[in-house]
Order: sequence, then structure tokens, then C-alpha cells
Amino acid sequence: MTQRAHAGAPPHAETNYVAIWGVLCGLLAVSVLGPMAGVRILTLITAFGIAIVKAYIVCSYFMHLNIEKRWVAYILGFMLALMLVFFGGVAPDVLEHEGLRWQRTYVAPVTSGSER
Amino acid sequence: MTSRPIATTRSVMEVPTGRLAMWWVLASETVVFGGLLGVYVMMRLRHGAWADEAANTSTWAGAFNTLVLLTSSLSAVLAHQAAERADGPKAARLLRYTMLGGGVFLVVKAFEWTHEIREGFTITSGLFWSFYYTAAGLHAAHVLAGIIVMFIVSLTAARNEELQRVENIGIYWHFVDVVWIFLFPLLYIAK
Repeated sequence: MTQRAHAGAPPHAETNYVAIWGVLCGLLAVSVLGPMAGVRILTLITAFGIAIVKAYIVCSYFMHLNIEKRWVAYILGFMLALMLVFFGGVAPDVLEHEGLRWQRTYVAPVTSGSER
Repeated sequence: MTSRPIATTRSVMEVPTGRLAMWWVLASETVVFGGLLGVYVMMRLRHGAWADEAANTSTWAGAFNTLVLLTSSLSAVLAHQAAERADGPKAARLLRYTMLGGGVFLVVKAFEWTHEIREGFTITSGLFWSFYYTAAGLHAAHVLAGIIVMFIVSLTAARNEELQRVENIGIYWHFVDVVWIFLFPLLYIAK
């Protein structure tokens, strides 16, 4: 038998997974067709915004994080927060050419198109 | 004394040890894929010309593979549902459908890569393609690992044994699906 430990939560058997899959397929269609309009903001919303919504639905209903112990979500959230710290710490060096207390001394050599 | 593995005989803070172990695996995987995708986003913002490189990837192949993975996730969660009803044979059958989905995903990926390599886009063709093959390749390796483990789980599930494993491998499979949900717009749509 499976070890059910979602105390106080409704059994998985009651969830309509096919309907959830249908919603995910609909969102996929929007994320593919939206960017075809060629509008940058629409591309960002339909491609990346909907990706976040799709991931949330899969995590909540297929991985059952909506009924799993809260601290499991906290563990995963902490890992995501670490990624944000990493991104925030490294991005300025990658994206900026100068800062308050540092300057870029390296001059990139002229390269072929492959290094774009 | 019991000969059963610890994962099936204990729980920590009301979460069975086997499932808890899977969550920890996924927590570490979050850092692996998160770091890779974070660096990709950084470099992508730095190099606007990558959009031209991304134009050479097939949106429709990526979209089809997304549909395949979403569908395989459906069969994985239905397998879990069957396992909860103590219907091992049905869970095993649904796991085989999930494995089939993973197989289709890899076949499409193989065709895609063959086409791109023939067009001259290899892992050494530039930074974008290095990221493309590394991220998609690492993800494909996870799909392959999932198929192998799922095959083993389906064998025991068919005998109505160790049905808790159906949920654990299902959680892993959904994570692989979530990673692809983010890889798809990054590698195929943002052009």
C-alpha cells in the first residue's frame, strides 16, 4: 500500500486529473500562439508568465504540494531563494560594465560571430 | 528485525522516509537546474544576439515534446491514484504509458539534435548552443534515468508490491516535467 501522510487532506482519488491536464494543454497552446503576435510584452507574459502558472499547477496538483506538509514546500522554496541570491550576486558582474567600487579591466578580444 | 528497507518502515514529521528522500533529491536538483538556467538567463540578457541563434530551434518540436511530457505526467499521477486504490497492475500499466511518453520525448529530441547538428549547430558552435545542448542534454539524461527507475518500479507494482514507490517516482517525473516547462520558453520561444 502507499503510505498516505497528507493528514486532513482529501484523498487523491477525488481529484479530476484529466481536467487539470486539459487546463495545462490549453495553457501550452496559449504559450505557443501568444509569442507569434510578435509583441515583446505579450511574448514575456504568454511564454514565461504562463510557464510559471503551468509549473505551479503541476507542483500543486500532480506533485500534491497543495496537500503535502508545509515544510516540504519551504525546503524547495529555500532552494529557489538560494538561486535568487546566486543570481543577484553574480548578475551585476555579468551584466554591468562598471560599479561603485569596481571597474572592468579586462578587454574582450574581437571574436567571430560564434561568441555572440 | 525486519528485512524491509528503512524507506518503507519509518516516517519523519509525518512524511514517509522514502518520499522525504525524494523531496531532498528534488531540492538538490532545484539547485542544479536553477543554477544552470540562472546563468543562461544572465548570459541571454547580456548577449541580445542569442535571439538569432534561438531562431534555429524548432518551436513545434519543443511544443510537441511539452505536450508529451504533460501527458506522461497525467499517466504518472493516475498511476499514483491507482496505487492508492491498491490496484498495482493498473498502476504498472499507467507507468508503462509514462515510460512510453518519455521514450517518445527522447526520440523527438534525437531527431531534433540530428537535424541541428547536420545544420552545423554543435555544442562548440557558440555559447548559446553550449547552453542549449548542456541544458537539454542534462534534462534528457534525467528523462532516461526516470524511465529506467520507472521500469523497475512497474515490475514490483504489477505484483501489488511496494506500491509507495509509484508515488515517489511520480514526484520525480513531475519535477522533470516542471524543468522542461521552463526550458521550453527559454530555448524555443524567446527568439
